[in-house]
Amino acid sequence: MAVAVEGGEKWFRTCDVTGFKVDVRAEKIAKVNAVMAVVSFLIAVIAALLLVFTRWQLFHILPVDWYYRVLTLHGLDALVFWIIFFELAALTFASTAFLNTRMSSPAAGWLGTLLAIVGWLLVNYTILAGQADVLMTSYAPLKAHPLFYLGMILFAVGALVIVTTFFANLMIWRRENPGQSLPLFVYGLMAAAIIAVITIVSGAIIYIPTFLWSLGIIKDIDPAVYKLVWWGLGHPSQQINVAAHVSVWYLLAFLTVGGTSINEKVSRFAFVLYIVAINVASAHHLLVDPAVSPVWKVWNTSYVMYLAVFASMIHAFAVPSAIEVAQRRKGFTKGLFEWLKAAPWGNPGFSGLMLSLIIFGFIGGITGVVNGMEQTNIIVHNTISVTGHFKGAVVGGTALAFMSVTYYLIPLLFRKKIAFYGVAKYVPWLFGIGIAILGVSMYILGAFGVPRRHWDITFSGGPFTYTFNPVTDFFWALFGLGGALAVIGALIWILQVVVSVFFGQPFNGPKDLQIPIAEPPPPAKGEHEGFAAPGTFVLVLLFMVTFIIFVALNYGWLSAMWEVK
Amino acid sequence: MAILPPSEGWFHQKVAKDEKIWMVLAFLMSLFLFFWMIIWHVYAKQNPSFVTYKTTPEEFYALTEAFVNKYKVGEENGIPVVKPPPGSDVFLLAQQFRWYPALVLKKGEEYRLHISSLDVLHGFSLQPVNMNFMVYPKYDYVLTFKPTSAGEYAIVCNEFCGIGHHMMIGKIVVEE
Repeated sequence: MAVAVEGGEKWFRTCDVTGFKVDVRAEKIAKVNAVMAVVSFLIAVIAALLLVFTRWQLFHILPVDWYYRVLTLHGLDALVFWIIFFELAALTFASTAFLNTRMSSPAAGWLGTLLAIVGWLLVNYTILAGQADVLMTSYAPLKAHPLFYLGMILFAVGALVIVTTFFANLMIWRRENPGQSLPLFVYGLMAAAIIAVITIVSGAIIYIPTFLWSLGIIKDIDPAVYKLVWWGLGHPSQQINVAAHVSVWYLLAFLTVGGTSINEKVSRFAFVLYIVAINVASAHHLLVDPAVSPVWKVWNTSYVMYLAVFASMIHAFAVPSAIEVAQRRKGFTKGLFEWLKAAPWGNPGFSGLMLSLIIFGFIGGITGVVNGMEQTNIIVHNTISVTGHFKGAVVGGTALAFMSVTYYLIPLLFRKKIAFYGVAKYVPWLFGIGIAILGVSMYILGAFGVPRRHWDITFSGGPFTYTFNPVTDFFWALFGLGGALAVIGALIWILQVVVSVFFGQPFNGPKDLQIPIAEPPPPAKGEHEGFAAPGTFVLVLLFMVTFIIFVALNYGWLSAMWEVK
Repeated sequence: MAILPPSEGWFHQKVAKDEKIWMVLAFLMSLFLFFWMIIWHVYAKQNPSFVTYKTTPEEFYALTEAFVNKYKVGEENGIPVVKPPPGSDVFLLAQQFRWYPALVLKKGEEYRLHISSLDVLHGFSLQPVNMNFMVYPKYDYVLTFKPTSAGEYAIVCNEFCGIGHHMMIGKIVVEE
């Protein structure tokens, strides 16, 4: 039952591949945000290359002040701008095209985009001008130029405005389609959007007094209050990503092999758990801080965090089992793993999905739990292990998933053919393997005590000296190798995106489709009893064993340390 | 179907046996990890402290100076070396870009280590033991340490505190 909108039809084009009605006004907003995401990613990748070859003491290319400057730039462009711009694009596009509905307020969409871009400009400018060498976290009382904080505030408000239009779009859809349920992909993005509101509000709230403080209007910012509220932004903002990239996994499972969640109720329940549980898990950055009590720490990183970990483990079964069941219905039923062997590994959407899933689970997920436990955090805190963890979680998980789905977005959203499609199949492997090597070597370096955010691990100029275990030399070399591979992968991807979008050949319907969209599998034969996805079951058990071993090793090691209470 | 509304009756579809087993296992694992942290608090000997006092940079500086004057035994590269008696309160001050003073402790004895900062946030990272804690201005964080091994240890600052961050390194010597 459609609600009549005057002149409404002229806003739409019909997609000749998917048959969706696409609101052209929303599409433009999504495109601009997507372009901003790629520009931010390019800055982050170039910065990453400089950082890798500075931290690896053999090269040590940046001088000290530029190291911290570029590190600030990298942190914000990679962790905040690239990902949030991409999510804003995804929210706008998904809440209109995937629901066959219209954009609630293009004006608000443009306002949000404009504010976000102005914020992005201010932040990038102040950093490069040397006015904000405060790193991504900008812990008070370390002070940056007021325009830096203003930029963050404008970006947050802009993002919030777009998230609001997303909810308004959902309301229009709800009114026009009473009684229907959201597609799982949009449902997951809705979870991301809800987390985004809580997160971004928290961020804006701490940046406002900090902005006033940088102007001299407020005398004092309590460092503990700052850090507590800031992490209300810092860690949950990564949970927006988790919810968003898990949604992308479901989308890719469907597009690449026609896989659909074997039980939608379970998948949706896991998204709800993210909303309920994840926001307080940010406590994991305050575990060895003086200001908060152990009860607060244990509560927030146990009940609350483990419910989110539990949710991720549910998805860890739901996504591969969706693939397995679809493949089995197509006839790949031999043994435990024929479905996996016969999967379309040459499709970057599929290989990207699988690598993203594996890297997020095994590297990001498992290390995240050790970081998040009150006691083992003593070993990890502020070492380079922390950054190793989010190389696995955010870069291997989120960034790789986003990069892989882009191969579908270029033809469908931008209506362009993918330039040099032949190399696309290598990109997820180059980037994924590079990031995996980088993340693991960073985690191990941190276990040897190497600090994060540190220009010179030889401590030149200090009153004393210290030499890390010589084994670290080997892992620094691996770190360089992994970093270089990942940067090459990322640059190829950026080149493909930029050439396709700005100079590419137009996409004229299904005959131009380079990246295959899978046919849905034949329907199941009768009611299924017993195991639906035995192969996946074996894989997740393997994951759990690895998980338990890793946690046990860390506690074993902790128990051998100095006693502290 | 990820991009289309779910099929009729999705809410009442039975959960497959393997998915159910997996969810039970995953949930038990989560509960176990939760109780493990509490058990570790009760029975194990490595827990981040919960004793914290409010202080001011001036007050903490004065306390540290008094402590240094009382137990000073020497000086190394411009940093006083202090040897407090076992069981006493020990003061360690973080400041751009030094740890003050250097400490001499005795193996197997307990010390109440007070750490605070005069300016921005710093990170206390004891190497090669690899134990890491945050250091705040205005908060006196009390960690009761019992060194269980003798030797020379470094305190690396591992929270970015400014351009001289990499020069901020301190020293603890643990004697048999």
